[in-house]
Amino acid sequence: MRNRLLFSLQLGFTLLVCAFLIVPVVLSILAGLTVNYFVGLESGLTLRWVIAVWDGYRDTIFLSIGISLACLALTLVLGIPTAYVLAKRQSALSRAIEELLVMPVAVPGLATALALIVTYGSLQGFRTSWTFILVGHVLFTLPFMVRSVLAVLMAIDLKTLEEGAASLGAGFWRRFRDIVLPNCRAGILAGSLMVVTLSMGEFNMTWLLHTPLTKTLPVGLADAYASLRLEIGSAYTLVFFLMIMPLLIALQLFAQPRLEKFVAEDDKND
Amino acid sequence: MRRETQTLIFLLLPAGIFFAGFFLIPMAELFVIGGSGDRGWAAYAAIITDANYFETLIATLGVATATTIVTLIISGITGVFLQRHKFPGNATLVAMLTFPLAFPGVVIGFMVIMLAGRQGLIGQVSMALGGDRIVFAYSMAGLFMGYVYFSIPRTILTVMAAAEKLDPKLEEAARSLGASPMRVVFDVIIPGLKPAFISAGAICFATAVGAFGTAFTLATRINVLPMVIYTEFTLAANIAMAAALSFVLGAVTWIVLALARTAAGATVAAAG
Repeated sequence: MRNRLLFSLQLGFTLLVCAFLIVPVVLSILAGLTVNYFVGLESGLTLRWVIAVWDGYRDTIFLSIGISLACLALTLVLGIPTAYVLAKRQSALSRAIEELLVMPVAVPGLATALALIVTYGSLQGFRTSWTFILVGHVLFTLPFMVRSVLAVLMAIDLKTLEEGAASLGAGFWRRFRDIVLPNCRAGILAGSLMVVTLSMGEFNMTWLLHTPLTKTLPVGLADAYASLRLEIGSAYTLVFFLMIMPLLIALQLFAQPRLEKFVAEDDKND
Repeated sequence: MRRETQTLIFLLLPAGIFFAGFFLIPMAELFVIGGSGDRGWAAYAAIITDANYFETLIATLGVATATTIVTLIISGITGVFLQRHKFPGNATLVAMLTFPLAFPGVVIGFMVIMLAGRQGLIGQVSMALGGDRIVFAYSMAGLFMGYVYFSIPRTILTVMAAAEKLDPKLEEAARSLGASPMRVVFDVIIPGLKPAFISAGAICFATAVGAFGTAFTLATRINVLPMVIYTEFTLAANIAMAAALSFVLGAVTWIVLALARTAAGATVAAAG
């Protein structure tokens, strides 16, 4: 009897928390599709606001997709070798390197952006180009790629696999390509999804790094929230939801289970 | 062996150059510029000595502390509940609770406006009930609500992962010895989840101290450190002060996270 009551109380609480998170999402989706949100749904549904967003802010969508893909390419090139080295050499030095790499996540984006501006702001061609934003995004997302790949590399017996291949005459690059990369596929996939999602939504740095010609999606959102009617802001948010939804679903599907088959027997029961 | 070391250094080189060129050097530059303004190096003490900045610092730390406590309580209850009771619909609830995980701060700000803004749900409901239109989005209360909204999804995930590893036998033992549900919560579950609470709490705190997007969407008048830095930089063009303040802000969040990692790690080691 008492257990039942306790269960119901907790379930009720959980549903309330859920409502707190989801109700505003639903409201904003509705607002983006309503003719006049102030009047309510009776005023009818329309795609007018979504079309207005597409006309006015299309560029921000493409720029964000472009930057997030470039960011992914760079984090792959920079992050996978780093994770490999950190997995091979576990010393105080490699821990210090890992700690350093995570700093751009720990330090507020505002500080990183200011640091980039005071250092490179006078390089006109660089300051006004989208690559300026890209640099910030790579700093911020690189640790996620490194950690994700590192986690997988630590869970497999990299040493034995590599020694086996080496004893069969495989050189370093051959081992890296045929042994290391295929084995950390799961980590690379999870890291990639994380990097793209984070880059797509990054605002703290981007707001300071952008110029009027290099507006990303979240920058456009902030613009729309500040200056346009609620319906357009909502429609724009709806577009953003549609873009990150597939990424989030993929993240939940691929990144959640920690791929048991890679885990050595001993590590399972800790 | 020597050749292998060379290869490893070579592999580390691209990331090393990128990181040094675009983070370490700029951060050093930021530090130097912070000391180059009217106040000189005293700018770094201004956050304590200047009454205005100090007030902002207290307000920022206050809202971050409140966010951390409230988020931990909410996510603690919800996370443990969802991990313990696998009823139909459980997975849907978890998916809904973690959906806002990837929302940027600006979108979170907009969600607060949808709830507590001028055309928000809370205002409409309060009017329909015959009261005044309640609007609190554009204030510290709105910011607090936004930070809690932002922190719940990631904290729930951490709590659920930690709760999965708790040994139910400990709770059974406590219960069979006659402990009340409250005693079990405070003497078994909470101590078991302590490392998760510390690390998730530190992340809540650090984001609430350093986040900018939510405050930016809600109002430029909200007096928290990131907003003050932004105003110093853009409106007052006081780059030195903005640099000094943001360097201090960065140091604070980094120290909080580093301390929490050490504390959580130590507890884990002690428990194991």
